[in-house]
Amino acid sequence: MIINSLIPAASTYAGDIDQLFDVIMLLVGIPFLISSYLFFAFIFKFKKKEGVPAMYITGTEHKYMKWIHRAHIPILTFDVIIVVMAVNVWYDIKQDLPEANSTVKVIAQQWAWTFVHPGPDNVLDTADDIVTINELHVSKDRLYHYKLEALDVLHNFSVPVFRLKQDAIPGRVITGWFEPTMTGEFDIQCAEICGIGHGLMPARIHIESASQHAAWVAENSPLAVAALSPGNTINTINTINTVETKIEEFAAR
Amino acid sequence: MAESIPVGHGSDDADHGEHGGHHEMTFGEKYIFPLDHKMISMQYMFTGMFMAIIGGFFAYAFRMQLAFPGMEVPGWGHVSPADYNSLVTNHGTIMIFWVAMPVLIAAFGNYLIPLMIGADDMVFPKINRLSYQIFLLSAVIILAAFFVEGGAFGGAWTAYPPLSTKAEYNLTPLGQTFWIVAVALEFVAFLLGGINFITTAMNSRAPGMKMWDIPMVVWMIVIASILFMLSVGPLLAGGIMMIFDQQVGTAFFDPDQGGDPVLWQHLFWFFGHPEVYVVLLPAVGIVAEVITVFSRKKLFGYKTILYTAIGTGVLSFTVWAHHQFISGIDPRMANVFTVTTLLISVPIAEMMFVYIATLYGGSITLTTPMLWALSFIFEFLIGGITGIFLGASGNDIFLHDTYFVLAHFHYTFYPIAIIGTFAGFTFWFPKMFGRMMNDGLGKLHFWLTVIPFNLIFLPLFVLGTAGQHRRIFDYTNFPDLALPWMQDLRVLATVSLCVMLGAQLIFFYNVITSWMSGPTAGKNPWNSNTLEWTATSPPPHGNWPEGLPTCYRGPYEYSVEGRESDFWPQDEPA
Repeated sequence: MIINSLIPAASTYAGDIDQLFDVIMLLVGIPFLISSYLFFAFIFKFKKKEGVPAMYITGTEHKYMKWIHRAHIPILTFDVIIVVMAVNVWYDIKQDLPEANSTVKVIAQQWAWTFVHPGPDNVLDTADDIVTINELHVSKDRLYHYKLEALDVLHNFSVPVFRLKQDAIPGRVITGWFEPTMTGEFDIQCAEICGIGHGLMPARIHIESASQHAAWVAENSPLAVAALSPGNTINTINTINTVETKIEEFAAR
Repeated sequence: MAESIPVGHGSDDADHGEHGGHHEMTFGEKYIFPLDHKMISMQYMFTGMFMAIIGGFFAYAFRMQLAFPGMEVPGWGHVSPADYNSLVTNHGTIMIFWVAMPVLIAAFGNYLIPLMIGADDMVFPKINRLSYQIFLLSAVIILAAFFVEGGAFGGAWTAYPPLSTKAEYNLTPLGQTFWIVAVALEFVAFLLGGINFITTAMNSRAPGMKMWDIPMVVWMIVIASILFMLSVGPLLAGGIMMIFDQQVGTAFFDPDQGGDPVLWQHLFWFFGHPEVYVVLLPAVGIVAEVITVFSRKKLFGYKTILYTAIGTGVLSFTVWAHHQFISGIDPRMANVFTVTTLLISVPIAEMMFVYIATLYGGSITLTTPMLWALSFIFEFLIGGITGIFLGASGNDIFLHDTYFVLAHFHYTFYPIAIIGTFAGFTFWFPKMFGRMMNDGLGKLHFWLTVIPFNLIFLPLFVLGTAGQHRRIFDYTNFPDLALPWMQDLRVLATVSLCVMLGAQLIFFYNVITSWMSGPTAGKNPWNSNTLEWTATSPPPHGNWPEGLPTCYRGPYEYSVEGRESDFWPQDEPA
């Protein structure tokens, strides 16, 4: 309710996180409002009045202490509810790895994203893979695994509309999953500071309908591109140049 | 000196025993190389305030860039991406290590511990002096980094490797090492200070002052020092490993040569989370002193507060990986750390309840220090509850490294470092300088600080919930974050920041004019019970030249039934 009023929810698990956020808001909101009410009420009620001395309360008397102790019952109950819900959501997104329909490779470096999509054969590491810079193309209602790598420093693959975030660590390949539920074009952000170009590695995710996506794959598969324009087997050379220029530009500053 | 320290006496250093002005001290002895705990406290206090001005200026420069991307910021100029990273990195580092730590632990600890327990000085005055000198050196190094080739380090205050260990990635070959050397030296300074605080509070108490008669703020600084000493070791070792990686070519954190970058994160946060409580506890202690005096009430549940502080401290060692949920640790670990993190809500909630309960049945006067102390409780409550969102692992997948996190920890650190400091400073100002502060100006300063503070960070909660990540110098590059309503919130936050920074001029004006010509305070202007109010204002070298006080009761005997006066000083015989 709260999160998706600010940003669309575009993955199967986005709704779970949004719901968890709402529940926590409710469960911490109630104690917060009650304690704030008491706090301000006490300040106004017990403002200094001539001739009215303060009470002498040590805070060990049962008749006062019981209020503090009783307050722990709802707090612990709320804690348990939040832990159970949070662990459930966490388990689904990060611990469980459902069967994938496709796998994409996500490679982060200073300061660009490289995405490797499987070509028409839907298998990675074959000749028809489609390599793009700073744009990821996926199909709605299709379960993807991502294999996340970093070439230099830590980065973080964050797709806010999916509610997905994962650090990329040089020397490791981290696998996770997502399943888009709506079409559209959204931001991919790097969410771990990675040097002076950290604010300059925006990428976009293009979520297409199954047929649009199939068409995009067919059009951009290197085999198809090579057939159209011989000598240009990988359609990313220009974008890689841009990245290098960017690095030089920063180094110069 | 080490073999026996009589109770009720502080330092027995050979050349320090001559209290009471047997010889005239030179300017250098008194102000530059002092052994007097009060003067060392003032050195820490004003160095901390100076660093706060620098940290605040950095915040101004990068917030202007965020509100008006690409503008020439008055006083700084164009903020390049490299500038932006250096500014946010050093804003964070300075505000925590060179503002919160020196002011809350070192300045208040040095000033209050001997005076509140009835000792003439710290147990080890020379170690105390050395502590400040190392601290000052570290402050010079962190600032010097801005003037070396390549500029100051810009890899965030958490300094995650490999970015922080390889100059080819961070482009600040000298700045990176200046940063970690400064941080490591600062830790050494506070280790020395901590030894003093603990030993002094344990050994030099006034005759008759039992464990449960120690004022809460002294307890809190002692517990904080213990937490600091237990947690800082791993990070100090990590810091030295980092210096080796940077300058000697070792590969502790370098994955290319078999090192592990995530190891640093564990070392950093094993210290980093207890560190939050290291600065929180002194602020909580200050608030306890202030609210009891101005509500004329006994502190509700003295031992309860003490036990919750110790409980929080112990638990704080078991929660560090909640900073690393999505950093590539084993996902099963997140479940354990979610449970421990949420458990912290129990002692912290108890602490907040006990403070609110202290107000019940009181006779409350809203003086300037009281306003600061009350606002601490309320603002910290917001900081505390927003932490639950982040401690819940499932939710953190979305909120991690967004402005929600940023707003959350500013709602904890700001009440601690700024509001807590103002509460303590305005409360003890009459003792420190012998004169009263102007209450009208004090209240004006209070409202012009606290209202803008909320207007800075409430909008940032909204931006974070909308998915805005941290440490990005220009959001217009991201179409989903460049929406007009988002930019409006950024401008609101920046304008509020400028108002808040401007309001600090009122504070400094008030301090200077009150110091020069405020009404004389007398020994005990607030009718307070604790021992520091029995010394003259300001106390001379040695604190009580006529003889150290004796303690007869606990510190919070206000409004005791059957007594004519509503306070009962600790040193008044029964």
